[in-house]
Amino acid sequence: MKTLTFLSRHAPFGTSNAKACLDMVLASAVFEQQVNYIFMDEGVWQLVRGHEPAGIHAKNTMAALQALELYGVENIFALEESLTERNLSLAHLQIPVRLCTRAEMSSLIQTSDVVTAL
Amino acid sequence: MIISVMVTGSPVSQQSAQTALSFCQAALTAGHQIYRVFFYEDAVQLGSALNVAPQDERNLNAAWSEFVKQYELDAVICVASALKRGILDDGEASRYQKPAANLAEGFDISGLGQWVDACLNSDRVVSFGA
Repeated sequence: MKTLTFLSRHAPFGTSNAKACLDMVLASAVFEQQVNYIFMDEGVWQLVRGHEPAGIHAKNTMAALQALELYGVENIFALEESLTERNLSLAHLQIPVRLCTRAEMSSLIQTSDVVTAL
Repeated sequence: MIISVMVTGSPVSQQSAQTALSFCQAALTAGHQIYRVFFYEDAVQLGSALNVAPQDERNLNAAWSEFVKQYELDAVICVASALKRGILDDGEASRYQKPAANLAEGFDISGLGQWVDACLNSDRVVSFGA
């Protein structure tokens, strides 16, 4: 088993990065790897509840975040400063996440076998 | 060292696919082994045999295709990314009743599991284009 860490740094809509990252996380979980899923920068918007992308003819891919627990993905983090910069708090989020600092994120990266930023 | 490479950037609007090719060539020259190259998102456009480059510009698709054939590399195009962008092998073209297939020589179409497998079997996985 390897530790695969994903840094999701893009907003949920506008580009396909968020979906691409989520798909990699789910594939890694299916193969029963240790996954760290870190939301940072604009990526923290993916976590916010209440998206209604039907208005822009986009699929609500972030609804699949609810399935992470079923896939056994437990290490889900949000970079605290990214939330703070956007005036967001845990109360705005649709799934439980752990807050992490940049220092904690660095140590997660250091202890990972593979790091993917999307 | 055993290395796998993931490419995500568009070959026509970003530099990353050329950077990835240069990296792979340098890695082989330095005596490393490439376990797999995985093309994801816009980088799957590299798998098209139908692109036309202007005469005074490099045809990166042709360069990648030649490279993976020359070294017999495992070059995998992500199926979910490919179908959306119209990159089809014979099997997919027939399955979805499309008028033609366009996958260039040297590439295979497969799933994200191939990327996870590459992570498990490589000492390093290097990404280009994110």
